[in-house]
Amino acid sequence: MSRAKADEDDYWNSSKFTLAFTFDEEDDDYTRLKESKKAVNSISALADEDDDDDDVEKVSWSGEPVGSISWSVKETASKLRPAGDSRELGFPKISASPSLPKNNSVYSLSSLFKGTAQYSTLDTPARHYAPELRKPKCEYKDYISNWSPQETILKMQQGKVVSLERFQSLQDKMLLLDKAVDGHDGNIITAILIYLKRSLCKEVLFRELVGRETALRHYIHYLKESGEQKVLLDLFSLSLSGSVHSLPFSPEDSLHVQDHYTLLERQIIIEENDKQVERTGQSDVFKRFPRKASILNMPLITTLYYSCFYHYSEPEGTYSSPANIRRTFKLAEKQYFLTALAARAKLKAWTDVDSLFTTRNWLGFTKKKSPVAFQRVLDILHKNNAPVQVLEVYVNLLEDLELKINMAHKFKCHDVIINVRRASYTLCSIILNSASVWL
Amino acid sequence: MAAHLTNGRVNLNILREAARKELREFLDKCAGSKAIVWDEYLTGPFGLIAQYSLLKEHEVEKMFTLKGGRLPPADVKNIIFFVRPRLELMDIIAENVFSDKSNSRDYHILFVPRRSMLCEQRLKEQGVLGSFTNIDEYILDLIPYDGDLLSMESEGAFRECYLENDQTTLYHTAKGLMTLQALYGTIPQIYGKGDCARHVANMMLRMKREFAGSQNQILPVFDTLLLLDRNVDLLTPLATQLTYEGLIDEIYGITNGYVKLPPEKFAQKKQGEGSKDLPTEPKKLQLNSAEELYAEIRDKNFNAVGAALSKKAKIISAAFEERHNAKTVGEIKQFVSQLPHMQAARSSLANHTSIAELIKDLTSKRSVQEHRNAFEADGFVFCPVASEAFFDNLTVEQEFMTGVDTDKVNTYIEDCISQKDPLIKVLRLMCMQSVCNNGLKQKVLDFYKREILQTYGYEHMLTLNNLEKTGLLKLQTNSRNNYPTIRKTLKLWMEDANEQTPNDISYVYSGYAPLSVRLTQVLARPGWRSIEEVLKMLPGPHFEERQQLPAGLHKKRQQGENRTTLVFFLGGVTYAEITALRFLSQMEDSGMEYIIATTKLINGSSWIKSLMDHPETQIP
Repeated sequence: MSRAKADEDDYWNSSKFTLAFTFDEEDDDYTRLKESKKAVNSISALADEDDDDDDVEKVSWSGEPVGSISWSVKETASKLRPAGDSRELGFPKISASPSLPKNNSVYSLSSLFKGTAQYSTLDTPARHYAPELRKPKCEYKDYISNWSPQETILKMQQGKVVSLERFQSLQDKMLLLDKAVDGHDGNIITAILIYLKRSLCKEVLFRELVGRETALRHYIHYLKESGEQKVLLDLFSLSLSGSVHSLPFSPEDSLHVQDHYTLLERQIIIEENDKQVERTGQSDVFKRFPRKASILNMPLITTLYYSCFYHYSEPEGTYSSPANIRRTFKLAEKQYFLTALAARAKLKAWTDVDSLFTTRNWLGFTKKKSPVAFQRVLDILHKNNAPVQVLEVYVNLLEDLELKINMAHKFKCHDVIINVRRASYTLCSIILNSASVWL
Repeated sequence: MAAHLTNGRVNLNILREAARKELREFLDKCAGSKAIVWDEYLTGPFGLIAQYSLLKEHEVEKMFTLKGGRLPPADVKNIIFFVRPRLELMDIIAENVFSDKSNSRDYHILFVPRRSMLCEQRLKEQGVLGSFTNIDEYILDLIPYDGDLLSMESEGAFRECYLENDQTTLYHTAKGLMTLQALYGTIPQIYGKGDCARHVANMMLRMKREFAGSQNQILPVFDTLLLLDRNVDLLTPLATQLTYEGLIDEIYGITNGYVKLPPEKFAQKKQGEGSKDLPTEPKKLQLNSAEELYAEIRDKNFNAVGAALSKKAKIISAAFEERHNAKTVGEIKQFVSQLPHMQAARSSLANHTSIAELIKDLTSKRSVQEHRNAFEADGFVFCPVASEAFFDNLTVEQEFMTGVDTDKVNTYIEDCISQKDPLIKVLRLMCMQSVCNNGLKQKVLDFYKREILQTYGYEHMLTLNNLEKTGLLKLQTNSRNNYPTIRKTLKLWMEDANEQTPNDISYVYSGYAPLSVRLTQVLARPGWRSIEEVLKMLPGPHFEERQQLPAGLHKKRQQGENRTTLVFFLGGVTYAEITALRFLSQMEDSGMEYIIATTKLINGSSWIKSLMDHPETQIP
């Protein structure tokens, strides 16, 4: 941390770390400023900044002032995300410079702040910008020295102030990037990428990144973090050389994506319809059980549950009927069964529950069948406070005698217990009798 | 105090002191009175380094939690933000700085553990970068947690290394190891297994070359460094830890050495007071080896904790009974002088008995039995669903680990999905099955995926993809399942694990011996050459490197003196693995003591969670 100890009293030095990776050119002399200022003034959107400094949306820089890299502001940026995207805030350095009269660019900066607070730049003391104004002379030395990409990366890792502007040719820039990747410090890699993003045109950068996987990942991460969705999309579509819609899903994933899409479509239709029905009070079930939340964005099984709850008896033709959902999404019998059971039990529609199990053979006899163990069925019914009479039916269907008694106890189905006990009592007494013969 | 750091074989307090010194230096750089605005997450790790008293000595007068809007009023010259390098925190800082109207203040930022280009960029965008007098970083690479445990507490480490291919954490790991070597001497031998291990070793060697010229003149404390990739052993963290400490972490989560517990069992029952106001705040307890009782029981299998606690209770009550025997004034005086210690022991015992009770309610197999008997007896239905679920879950885990039916759809997992059990639980089991089967068959994998997406929502496709990318979930490509070979060669399953008086590391999972620790054990004796075949089946290269020591620093080993190995888990380590290594250290004939370091202390759930994606939160 020795670097941090330098000259505590010296304001300039102590704050030099804020400048660690600024990419300005060193010769921001007065004439250059004037030139730049002219360039800015020529952009009409900035013209009346002086008056309304808190109007964020108005800022839209569409030109790139000549001769200063740090002024290049991406056209789309201010449209998309007025503040977050404008990575170029070269202005304060220049505008607050003591050598310049107060000019409009002070305000242009403040208008780039996220429009959360009504602060005006005037409240922010100018001296706070001071550290960015101009570097102390002693630092110029560093800028001039002729470092190789390797050395530059090393210096950056040590937290030194480094100028990247020196690396002008594409070859140099890529060498710099490769060295950064070799260093494995994501922070430095990102720093280089920000510089490259600024100084190279999109197509060239993308092309170069395609062969550099690690750097590409960092770049994607950076874009994600800073919310530059558009650049990301460009990147994706470019690398796929196709349209945005053919995003790289594996075949089985794309089936799921398709299902997701269909589900959302359904949910929108159902939601619209049910909202209407609920509001007008046409349906009894909505009155008895008002909907707790919108069905939008719920998982498929939840949607099925909802449909079994509110739309159980609808014919298969309607979008909201359980049968339709089951068919469209090719749901397994077990899934459908459990969901329907839970929904109908919740409504205490015991006849519906009963008919779920009932199958009729060709002779017209009815039989109770279930794709899941009856024990599970009992648990679900019990949780929904099914009456003893209902439970009894299913306890009787259990085959394991011990389990049957356990469950009968649990659910207080006394008749079942008596029956089982009677049967086993008879058995017991036979055994006892035969045993007593031996004794 | 940090007494627990000095007890171990290596005095980790040196590391802590070095960290404190740096903190003091930074605080002194900001002259005058100060207020610290904390990123709340950091208070935990910082608590392990410095208490408030240290801050106070350096003119820290107020402390706030970082939140949006206005800063609370404070009559101080400096405002210092202690934050992690996160973009969303930068926005809050900007808001704070703007709403603060006083012009005479100095602002500072201390980034922990690293400053970040992106964050400074964001501050610049927000237009406040210039407001800061000092922007600095506080490199908190390896935080000492206990006498034998260091952690970087880097949450995203596994995700970054194995999913996003971002090696920044590894770079910091290498840096941290360099710092460690600066304090404890060059480590002469480096072993490693896995791609990340190879990376870290390479970076360390490179950094050493770059520092060439300044020889380290400290007598080496560590003999060996073992770097292990987490993806070499994906199985262990997925299994439920069954040690006392491991179970506390599984159920309640230990963060920065603290655990928050439901307060009911900790209600102080004082005589004469009605229990009208039950505490509602969770009970917060610190857990480390400074507490004598905890040090004794944390590494026990949970089934042995009850006996240990009751033994301790007898000792303590016997000690209290001593007072009746104290006849002379001298004896009484001696008794009284021991009182504080005894009282501390008693309250510690009370706490751990309560914790053990809480855990027992949730885990005990017996309570399941009891409950079955209970309703036989009086028809009263008591539903210990939790313990039943815990037991079922454990049974399935053990089936997978022993290789039973790992190639079929597991009905328990299916039931969990249909009951909408927590998704993490489902994923954990599914991944375990996949790892134990060297990948799942297409049909099985498709079935699980379908069920999960339909029940929990299609958005979890991203999470499933992540699990596949990290290898936790995979499709069985070649028909050979090599897990049984690995299991047999490394003796990963011990049928007769002794939980009460263990004789093998497998007691930490009641039968399963953690693969990572087995590798460590074999390395010490008889050496990795004996298991070449298995090493080839596990991902990544294995290697050995030597670092030259300056002449005169070669240790002259005494007869019978133990060697010390630093085991570094890249991507996280569980408490049960730590326990297993402690067990190896204590074995009389092992001749090796272990210090454990990691990027993060994890358990199966926190680990899986770190790999989950929530698309809705990513849209800005």
